[in-house]
Amino acid sequence: MALDLDYSVLTPEVIKTNILPGLYYSLELTFVAMLGGVILGTLIALMRLSSKPWLQRIAATYVDTLRSIPLLMVILWFYLLIPSGFYSMIAGSFGENHRPEFAAVITFTFFEAAYYSEIMRAGIQSVSRGQVYAGYAVGMTYSQCMRLIVLPQAFRNMLPVLLTQTIVLFQDTSLVYAIGAYDFLHGFQTVGQVYNRPNEMVLPAAACYFVLSFSLSMLVRRLQKKIQIIR
Amino acid sequence: MSDWLKRSAELMCKSTSDETVYSSCFAGKGDLTYLQWLFHAWGWTLLVALVALVIALLLGVVIGVMRTLPNKWAVGFGEAWTELFRNIPIIVQLFVWYRFIPELFPVLKDVPAIALACLGLGLFTSARIAQQVKAGINTIPTGQRYAGLAMGMTQAQTYRYVLLPVALRVVLPTLTSESMNIIKNSSVAYAIGVTEMISFATQAGEETSMHATMYLGATILYAISAFTINRLAALVDKKTRLPGALGSAR
Repeated sequence: MALDLDYSVLTPEVIKTNILPGLYYSLELTFVAMLGGVILGTLIALMRLSSKPWLQRIAATYVDTLRSIPLLMVILWFYLLIPSGFYSMIAGSFGENHRPEFAAVITFTFFEAAYYSEIMRAGIQSVSRGQVYAGYAVGMTYSQCMRLIVLPQAFRNMLPVLLTQTIVLFQDTSLVYAIGAYDFLHGFQTVGQVYNRPNEMVLPAAACYFVLSFSLSMLVRRLQKKIQIIR
Repeated sequence: MSDWLKRSAELMCKSTSDETVYSSCFAGKGDLTYLQWLFHAWGWTLLVALVALVIALLLGVVIGVMRTLPNKWAVGFGEAWTELFRNIPIIVQLFVWYRFIPELFPVLKDVPAIALACLGLGLFTSARIAQQVKAGINTIPTGQRYAGLAMGMTQAQTYRYVLLPVALRVVLPTLTSESMNIIKNSSVAYAIGVTEMISFATQAGEETSMHATMYLGATILYAISAFTINRLAALVDKKTRLPGALGSAR
């Protein structure tokens, strides 16, 4: 066994300049994609549960298509198809210089929406029909009924599942590797390249991802227990 | 649009080495069209997925069973395994197998990337399958286990003849979604140099500057693979469904 591992290059200075910006980006990407994905996913779920067949079909096609293609392929497609003018339009020269980063945010929002929509659909279906009838009976419109009665309960029922999906999303953000966005993993790789330690840097990256996702899933588990007791 | 389709079709039938366009889209010996390259890449995708699935099923069942044994060491090991492989992104796990582990054991430097990809993907998926196997075993009433033991069966016999035949059939439908996932996840193997479909799409796209054509080819084959597995799974599901269980025909 030729153990020649050297982690002395990971000084606080290096971590601060190379790795933390990557971590921030990964977290931002996760957060924005979660927010956008849940909102868009809820709309898709509502479309899928609507009484209009053509709306149902659009939503089903969207979800089925995105779920049968690997995320990497979707990332490549979005990066290819988003016109270059778009980046400068939304963020000026900053956007122009950070194309992969912006493309990834858009990709993940649309991609995760497909997954969140399935969760929200299950959540909406878990609300009993009587609740909707009660809403209509007191004179609420469809949108009031959804907004004030059904969706709050659906969110609450599905919160642990939505958060579990978000942990999966956080892990999936590492796939922006394909378009070279500067995320957490990329941070470690940059350090590895600059200090000629490319193989060693894989381990701290794995360890950090593990600690982050493991503690997040512990938190979700605790939340799940809490919700269970209340009900 | 129709112009683009025509150019794309012609490109797929073109040789990857020179300007020859084959009318059959399949070149003879010594040459390769882009379509053939795509099919080769598809083969690698399916191979990685299949081998990884076998590894994942074998390990997943073993680890899943361990997590239900009345032995805290076995349970602890099973849980540690599941958490370890579930909480690290697949691309990072593949990098660990491809770059870090050979650094520790130089013997492994000669192992081809594709073998490491199968192993990494298999272990990654085994954690998910273990989770489902455990859940499947736990859905069986405890009385059945006790009944087996009371009959004088050993622990192993109880699992072999009483618990697993039911549990495995309970988890089968979830395993079908795992096999679809494994095809999708096999795309990550491109990061360690396996020449599967993502690698084809990016490289052929670079070479020809017709990215969309190549992406479309790979995307269609991914969709076909997913669809086929879905249908196959539905068939297997129907054949092995527990009689009397919810959703069974009988």
